[in-house]
Amino acid sequence: MSFHRIILTVNGSTEQVDVPGNMTLLQMLREKLALTGTKNGCAAGECGACTVLMNGEPVNSCMVLAAECNGADIITIEGLARDGQLDVIQKTIIEQGGVQCGFCTPGMLISARALLNRNPHPKEEEIREALVGNLCRCTGYNRIVSAVKAAAEVQ
Amino acid sequence: MINPHPGLPELEYVMPASLDEASKFLIEHTGEAKPFMGGTDCFVRLRDGAWNLKYLVNVKGLDGTNEIRFDPKNGLTIGAAVPMNKIVSHPDINKHYPLLTEAARTVASYQLRSRATIGGNICNASPAGDTIGACIVYGGKLNVHSIKGKRLEPLASFFKGPGKTVLEPGDIVTSISFPLPPPNHVGRYIKLGRNKISDLAIVGVTVLGYPDSNAKSGYTFKIALASVAPVPLVPLKAEQILADKPLNENIISEAAQAAMDSCTPIDDVRSSARYRKYMIRNLTRQALTDVWQKIKK
Ligand SMILES: Cc1cc2nc3c(=O)[nH]c(=O)nc-3n(C[C@H](O)[C@H](O)[C@H](O)COP(=O)(O)OP(=O)(O)OC[C@H]3O[C@@H](n4cnc5c(N)ncnc54)[C@H](O)[C@@H]3O)c2cc1C
Repeated sequence: MSFHRIILTVNGSTEQVDVPGNMTLLQMLREKLALTGTKNGCAAGECGACTVLMNGEPVNSCMVLAAECNGADIITIEGLARDGQLDVIQKTIIEQGGVQCGFCTPGMLISARALLNRNPHPKEEEIREALVGNLCRCTGYNRIVSAVKAAAEVQ
Repeated sequence: MINPHPGLPELEYVMPASLDEASKFLIEHTGEAKPFMGGTDCFVRLRDGAWNLKYLVNVKGLDGTNEIRFDPKNGLTIGAAVPMNKIVSHPDINKHYPLLTEAARTVASYQLRSRATIGGNICNASPAGDTIGACIVYGGKLNVHSIKGKRLEPLASFFKGPGKTVLEPGDIVTSISFPLPPPNHVGRYIKLGRNKISDLAIVGVTVLGYPDSNAKSGYTFKIALASVAPVPLVPLKAEQILADKPLNENIISEAAQAAMDSCTPIDDVRSSARYRKYMIRNLTRQALTDVWQKIKK
């Protein structure tokens, strides 16, 4: 099997990684870069637990090949906090109690951050639509939606 | 059964430098290589074992496959590798081909739409493909690259069965071109899923209507139906009824009945065939009524 040498930015730092052709971005983050905040749920693009930002856009990292990421700019859940300060969406999800088991949370917060970046004041309907690709089996979603609303008010 | 392993089965990733190189590689490795763009259909098939490949050939980004071009004289060309979210946010598409926007935004979730491409949706040839109906009713033609040269494939004759198209090994769809849309047209896409958004279509109804002095009724309607036949279905008889008879509620119901009668759906995990048929009748009637209300003088 041949390897592809890729150079990319992950959470602001430059990384050089050798990846086999069948390795996904999800796998590279977890297994090569030890960034295990990004979760493997369904490995089929359904659940959103593996969502990361790729060049500013949210993607299911299970549905992207690592070899395609040469030159890409990736932000994972580990990169949301800046200078020791949590992102506002991280603060409001804690305040609103939007976490139970926590498995969906990293992907959920990345999708929420992406939404707030493109639409700083989303309506409830827009929040629900933006998070449709992030499944949560614990919270019933209401507290997550409240957290996004609260973050929109603060930011 | 989907294997929840984060990786894919062992295979090689190939990134050709040109379309010619890609076509040659695909021909040399017929049966063991496939082109991909967003990968959102390919990766699922590879993971669940439906496909067994040695090579995945990345064809996005080659020769204009990423571009959207609108020309007020000639129409619209969308690169095959343009992802759904780019279609949803493109001002010229929203303004002149709003049905494409409406259809693209019903595909899966936001993050999947960052990757899922329009060319992939068409080439995947699922009868449920959400953007295919809009591409058909706007008269879309595929620009295909092959080692023999370039050619145009009209969508009307492109689909041969679920997952089957007229494409031969080495053929690469580079873009889809649309003529200018009919003046004063109104479109509607009604997608019925098991939940309100994000599911694959149990059925889908695409309708485009416009005033047309060449039609006896004064109006032309184009219709495409999803998930009710082995290929995306155009119910010609229903279209004919609407072109020939003076329009009113009863004629719209008659056309919706004709649409239902043209369907040959299957029972599957998402719905029974019987339910699909009745929903095609009801939703076609609804879509036609919505469009008719907006275009009638
Ligand atoms: C979780 C999930 C939800 C989904 N929901 C929907 C939905 O709601 N509606 C819907 O319509 N679809 C849905 N899909 C299916 C899929 O996302 C779409 O069909 C998508 O548009 C495919 O585009 P792609 O670029 O990812 O295709 P790819 O996977 O890259 O390719 C699809 C097919 O086209 C062929 N191909 C790719 N590029 C070319 C080319 N240039 N020339 C010739 N052949 C080519 C490939 O070999 C393959 O057979 C869903 C998929 C997933 C995983």
